[in-house]
Amino acid sequence: MFEWFDSDVLLQQLLLGLSNGMIIALIALGYTMVYGIIELINFAHGDLFMLGSFLALTLVGVAMNCGIVDPELMGASSHWWLLGTLVLVCGVFCGGLNLCIDHFAYKPLRRASKLSQLVAAIGVSFIIVNVGLFWGGLPMDILGGGGAAAAPKDFPHLVSDTNLLGEESFVVMTWNDVVIFVVTIPLMIALTLFVKFTKLGMAMRATAQHATAARLMGVDVNKVIAATFAIGGFLGGAASVLYANYNSTVSFQMGFRAGMDAFTAAVLGGIGSLPGAMLGGLLIGLVRAMSDQYVGSEWTNVVVFSLLVLILIFRPTGLLGLKQREKV
Amino acid sequence: MSQSPSTVHRPAGLLSRGQCILFGALLALPLLELVFDLGISAPTRFVLGFAIVGIGLNVVVGFTGLLHLGIAAFMAIGAYAFAILTCTIYPFQIGFWPGLLAALLIGAVAGAFLGAPTLRLRGDYLAIVTLGFGEIVQDLLKNLELITKGTQGINPLPTPWFFGATFASDTPKSWYFLYLGILLACTMLVRNLEHSRIGRQWFAVREDELAARCMAIRPDRVKLTALAVGAGLAAVGGALLASLISSTGEPGNYDFQISILALCIVIVGGIGSLTGVIVGALVMVGMNSILLPMLGQKLQQAGIGTTTSVYLAPDNYKYLLFGLALVLMMRFKPKGIVAAKEEDH
Repeated sequence: MFEWFDSDVLLQQLLLGLSNGMIIALIALGYTMVYGIIELINFAHGDLFMLGSFLALTLVGVAMNCGIVDPELMGASSHWWLLGTLVLVCGVFCGGLNLCIDHFAYKPLRRASKLSQLVAAIGVSFIIVNVGLFWGGLPMDILGGGGAAAAPKDFPHLVSDTNLLGEESFVVMTWNDVVIFVVTIPLMIALTLFVKFTKLGMAMRATAQHATAARLMGVDVNKVIAATFAIGGFLGGAASVLYANYNSTVSFQMGFRAGMDAFTAAVLGGIGSLPGAMLGGLLIGLVRAMSDQYVGSEWTNVVVFSLLVLILIFRPTGLLGLKQREKV
Repeated sequence: MSQSPSTVHRPAGLLSRGQCILFGALLALPLLELVFDLGISAPTRFVLGFAIVGIGLNVVVGFTGLLHLGIAAFMAIGAYAFAILTCTIYPFQIGFWPGLLAALLIGAVAGAFLGAPTLRLRGDYLAIVTLGFGEIVQDLLKNLELITKGTQGINPLPTPWFFGATFASDTPKSWYFLYLGILLACTMLVRNLEHSRIGRQWFAVREDELAARCMAIRPDRVKLTALAVGAGLAAVGGALLASLISSTGEPGNYDFQISILALCIVIVGGIGSLTGVIVGALVMVGMNSILLPMLGQKLQQAGIGTTTSVYLAPDNYKYLLFGLALVLMMRFKPKGIVAAKEEDH
């Protein structure tokens, strides 16, 4: 009846959508946390994510050249420890960088209008894109990747490519899919517990609700904001390694797309809400995968952006966002 | 609107003093070329085109206080409307001036079309919607190949004519004066709007939407006019720029970077000040289209290969310059090089 409809294809796209969706969700958490605290669309977050993946690529290249890992075995066997280290290192790198960006670019503008903060964030985003371009100009054939500075760079699979569902199965699921869930789900649980049960998490929720009131209650608001940027950056950095490993390519311009997907996810879920960002990320991943398959990949960005515009117009509080929502 | 009506400043002439000086300087620029062989009047035409886009964006961002991140979409709409109505491969071929007028109207309608459903959004959400619109328009132009020729772009486009005289690519100077005239007309138009009822309503909405509403101003309608005027002018700028290179270029040319270039023009020049915006266009586009390519050429002549290393091509510092311009202006000079006079409003 439907020749184009094939349950195997659908399953494959579902898996692809879920995997990419988990990554988008991780980035979206960074947007939603910052927005929840200081109502700033941290435009540079997507580009920070891009920089994280460049660091990961460089580190993998260095590891290959120092003989720590064998380039021949990339994709054939799994390097769990390498992946774990990269997630940690890139997470810390992006977290630290986000902290610095907040300190130098946004903090002086805290009392300025919201729009001037947004303009500053766009400026930071452009600066980071240029850093990414120059990073790509480093001798990447030694450091991994190769090609011209502006060209997209290949990222090796750090874990095994063998199909977990058996060789003859049409649907391909590899450890590269599994590892995304293995990393993102614990991170999300840890974040939720952190925000719910620790003192700093409580301070975050208080600041999100009312910064002045929180300050009167003895919360060091600046410290809370800094911590938010650091945590958001860490999640973005972790996502960047997963993204590079899963999609096998990184480019200095990918931050814009990834950032817009993640922001759309955050808005879809209800900006300021943590479970909202996770749900939104999954949905955006699925929408992208389905649109790639059934609408045509050249229309996917139109679909996602139209979705963003429609949500903002008809339900600006998102799916899980409430008027009296608990932010961060 | 903090002043009482009696202190509302009325413009004395068609142009303010700053604008007179600026246009005088721009008029004298090609004369400079008679003495020094700089060859800058040709690339300065791009500055004039972008200045018109900047003036349009300034109506939205500067006068009405709405952050617009997708102005390039309206440049694209203007350029493509102009191209489809004038290019020889289409049946319309209505000529340069009717084409330009059509670009203005189509751009304004498109601006109103975007504005109508989005006006109730909060400031930062509106910014994101305009950004999304910019991306959607790019992809639409790319994908609707039957109409837009996809990534090829539409060419050739007609050159302007003026009272019997046509402009060819070898007469950049007369072309320059024509564009300067159009820029002057746009400046006077917006200056008149600024000091009319609708301009005061824009400022009122920017300063305090609630207070404006109490004064029986309908913010939705006021914002809509600002978006339409801004989009219309941006479309004119886009059409003029396309006419310069005789092609719309590929849809990917009207990307986020161009929207941000236009935003930089407004913010660096002086948000809310027409003189400032033209100065901003001179600074930003001058850097982008004249200084950086010139520097690259000089480097190449000096034997420093620009093709081998990404760091030696001045063009690659563009993002950095735009970004630094935005961050530093916000931090240290949020009013721009030419600050808008408060008492004007």
